[in-house]
Amino acid sequence: MSAIWTLLLIALPLLGALLVAFDREEGAYQSAWRTMILTLIPAVFMLMNFDFSHASMFQGAASITWVEALGLKLSIGTDSIAVLLIALTALLGPIVVAASKTAITTNRRMYYSWLLVLQAAMVGVFAARDLLLFYICFEFTLLPMFILIRVFGSTNRVAASTKFFLYTFTGSMITLAGLFFVVTFVARETGLWTLDIGIITAIAPRMPVEHQALVLGAMLAGFAVKVPLFPVHTWLPLAHTEAPTAGSVILAGVLLKLGTYGILRFAIPVVPGAFVEYAPMIATLSVIGIIYAGLICWVQTDIKKLVAYSSVSHLGFCVLGLAAVNASGLSGSVLYMLSHGLSTGGLFLMIGFMYERYHTRDMNTVGGLASKMPVWSFFMVFFAMASVGLPGLNGFPSELLCLIAAFQADATWTAMGEPGAWGVTLGPWFAVFAGTGMVIAAMYLLYMVGKICFGPYREPKDHHAHPVLPADLNKREIWTLIPLALGCLVFGLKPVYLLDAIEQPVNATIAHVEAASGAAAPRIDDHPEHHMDHQSGDHAESTTHHDTITMGVTP
Amino acid sequence: MNEKLALIVPEIVLFIATCVVMITGQWPSRALREITPWIAAIALFIAAMIGLNTEPTPGALLPTIAPYAKAMIGFIGLLLLVNLSGVVDRQLERDVDEGKPFLPLRSNRGEFYAFFLFSITGLMLTASADDLIWLFLALELTSLPTYIMVAISTQSNKSHEASVKYFFLGALGAAIFLYGFALIYGATGSTNLAEIAQHFATHGLSPIGTAGILVALLGLCFKIAAFPMHFYTPDVYQGAAAPVSAMLAFVPKCAGFLGIIAITAAVGWREGGHLPETVESTLWIVAAVTMFAGNILALLQSSVKRILAYSSIAHSGYMLVGILAGPGEAGAPFYRNGLAAVLFYLAVYGVMSVGVFAVLGALETRKDEEADDIECLRGLAKTHPVLGWTVILCALSMLGFPPLLGFVGKLGLFASGVSAGQIPIVVILGINSAIGAVYYLRLVAVAYLDKGQGPAPIVTSSRYAGRRIAALCSAAGVVVLLLVAQPMASAAQRAARIDRPVITHDDLHDAHAETDLHHDDDHDS
Repeated sequence: MSAIWTLLLIALPLLGALLVAFDREEGAYQSAWRTMILTLIPAVFMLMNFDFSHASMFQGAASITWVEALGLKLSIGTDSIAVLLIALTALLGPIVVAASKTAITTNRRMYYSWLLVLQAAMVGVFAARDLLLFYICFEFTLLPMFILIRVFGSTNRVAASTKFFLYTFTGSMITLAGLFFVVTFVARETGLWTLDIGIITAIAPRMPVEHQALVLGAMLAGFAVKVPLFPVHTWLPLAHTEAPTAGSVILAGVLLKLGTYGILRFAIPVVPGAFVEYAPMIATLSVIGIIYAGLICWVQTDIKKLVAYSSVSHLGFCVLGLAAVNASGLSGSVLYMLSHGLSTGGLFLMIGFMYERYHTRDMNTVGGLASKMPVWSFFMVFFAMASVGLPGLNGFPSELLCLIAAFQADATWTAMGEPGAWGVTLGPWFAVFAGTGMVIAAMYLLYMVGKICFGPYREPKDHHAHPVLPADLNKREIWTLIPLALGCLVFGLKPVYLLDAIEQPVNATIAHVEAASGAAAPRIDDHPEHHMDHQSGDHAESTTHHDTITMGVTP
Repeated sequence: MNEKLALIVPEIVLFIATCVVMITGQWPSRALREITPWIAAIALFIAAMIGLNTEPTPGALLPTIAPYAKAMIGFIGLLLLVNLSGVVDRQLERDVDEGKPFLPLRSNRGEFYAFFLFSITGLMLTASADDLIWLFLALELTSLPTYIMVAISTQSNKSHEASVKYFFLGALGAAIFLYGFALIYGATGSTNLAEIAQHFATHGLSPIGTAGILVALLGLCFKIAAFPMHFYTPDVYQGAAAPVSAMLAFVPKCAGFLGIIAITAAVGWREGGHLPETVESTLWIVAAVTMFAGNILALLQSSVKRILAYSSIAHSGYMLVGILAGPGEAGAPFYRNGLAAVLFYLAVYGVMSVGVFAVLGALETRKDEEADDIECLRGLAKTHPVLGWTVILCALSMLGFPPLLGFVGKLGLFASGVSAGQIPIVVILGINSAIGAVYYLRLVAVAYLDKGQGPAPIVTSSRYAGRRIAALCSAAGVVVLLLVAQPMASAAQRAARIDRPVITHDDLHDAHAETDLHHDDDHDS
């Protein structure tokens, strides 16, 4: 795969943003729409040219040196996880633009140009193979989102945007200190000051576990806020509720995944010893988050807030899978990152479409919409079911995998010769408690669907028909939903496509953790054959290491 | 003697220009009066170019600091000068326009530019100081003119008040660090920094020496506006005209840091990047409190100048982290060299701090009344796009938002701090950057995003194009200089070399004899 596609995926939205910024106010939507559609082309080529038989290799590598004195390079490269997340980002691009057509009527140039900049920054995060580029893009996503919420949000937008920025910025400043700690260690070990992720991942696990724990804490400060993990989730419901529809969709679809992606790419491989040691704690937090946020959802009357809290609950599964550090956990987690973007993104779109027509999100004021908006109600039920985890739709396989992973990450299980986690002890209780989260999710989502779609028709007192939009969804709106709905179906019916695609990088990560924490972490000796893809895992690991190291050293 | 003179050619050029502008500024001919700033600009440019090519000073403690520091001072001085154009003599020139005769006695222009150049001369001299007396004189030459510049910068009583405050506290600060210098002399028997370093290295730090160092650093905290000598900053910045405040944000701070680098270099960092314990813990506390005080108090302000003043305090705290980290081992690369990070950050700070001050100077609410309240910036990106975007870019850069210049500068401080094992203070630096985000974002939001309640105050752009040009340069700087960040960083790294004294266990006399011999050698060559 050539680096040109990834570069185009970053460069096209940026160019588009410039174009929109200096365009006429009326042409802003069209230009943004065309740019997003154009961006799909390199995304498709990237997927087609990606060699999935070497999925754990970082393909399409490119690098330029910026400030040598600080080891600042800008280098990119993608494995299959990154490619899929980039594809999701590219797919959401045109959808959010189309969904904003009638919702955004003022300051359109500002809106669409920052939306495009955000798109480029998100692709940059996933494509980065250099700590600095990763950090720059990770941080840079804050500014466009801040502006989208601050200018285009609803009533409480100033507080929401400020809280969003401060929470995430504070966390990531501490993460920066932690990352530099790692880089300093690597420099002391190798005599080479480098921010190359491949080299850092290879060397950093040699750190003593106490230091690793510090670094893990610093990393979680940034990543856990972004996910968001209980108890630092409080910014998310506010930001989600106040953000414009497109902002919510991107926030749920991609931005939250930057946190879990960060854990997967940095916390686990760079400090495996500490991660394995503290995994039960992280898992506990995520289980608390699953149940606690789920219960909060149950008492919400604002449906947007409900879906926002459900994101906190759902992302808890994602982190639980990561904390299990086994094959099913990591693949389940990656699958969840992809599928949560589709189903929750869909739900936020639905709420946006309704809000445009009724100007309220209160379930007590509006309801029984199935009679007035049958198409809308169909999709609403569909995405709610996907979110609940109905078998056959996308939520189910990923949630199931994460639960299985928590169950398997147990010493007794491992002793039976089954694939276990690397030294992590979670066990059935974690799975049981997290499992109740699924039940709670079913309760609040069905309750919401019941109130808003079925029952007697209710509308706000001063309700008027929208001047432009028909009572039910129009074609444009339906077409924004169809790709998401198809994605939900495909992921639900054939998750194996995705699981195959991400198998190699997942195994490589686990093999890396295994190799790295062999010395540092307590090893469970009772299983002679660590049979789970032992061979392919080792193979994959050696190829990644070889690949990344050469990539880092060659200019 | 000639060797010493050869080191200060840039200062000599500036001094000559000072004498010239003092005369041309008072000249009856209008044309000649108006080229006064141009003369100053040309002199600054020449001084910067000569400074860039200065040879390393043999035998000095910091042999290579001069080229980088002088070039930086010269170029940022140029930016400040552009910004300063038209500060004084507004009423007078207007009277001349109306046909009244020019009254040299009422004119301030000559003095104003002369004082500016004097101050820059002093700053350059600070960079090449290798002796405590030289250092003291240079620091005072930097500061004394600024007291007067504050006073004559506007017609209002506020600036007179600011000037008096600034002068008295400045004199107090000078007395304090002079006292410290005296104690250092008492402890070591020398005023030469290299000899002091040699003495401390061979004989250790005596209690009197420690006291001297601490008192000197405390006095220098006035120059850099750090706790506990920072109280004057907001009042003075607010009282002075914005372009003069911009100068106050950079020039004394730069002088103070050059002084601190010299003093701490004389004490020396031990292995692993630690100053002697008392000095380190004092600086640590000063840095931490300075950061918190600056950032938290800035949250409460509604005057942009006061926000910038507190932000200037906070930035001093950030840079002290680099001082704490120290220069690393001999020939340490940039990322392990805290002094290089400080020198780099000084340049970065100089470029980005000018921007917002220049915008304030370029806007007026009433005739000759500068914009100061944050409401004056409301919607600026729409009404005055260039000025508005300057505020946005400079505020984001000061916040350390990637990938702007301030971010690269902060990375250097982060990297050197972590390399030296100063993790807690680096974390405090990170937290403070986040606190700072609140008020920098307020600036961004007010200029670009929020509509606000009620009508925004009416602001018009002033007639001084120089301020708009300075604003533009500053905004462009935080973006364009990213491309040359690498050469800047490696220049800073070369500049931050410390020739450590050779540690022998001979007695004091032997050490003295050795350094004298060394000096004789230098003179012979």
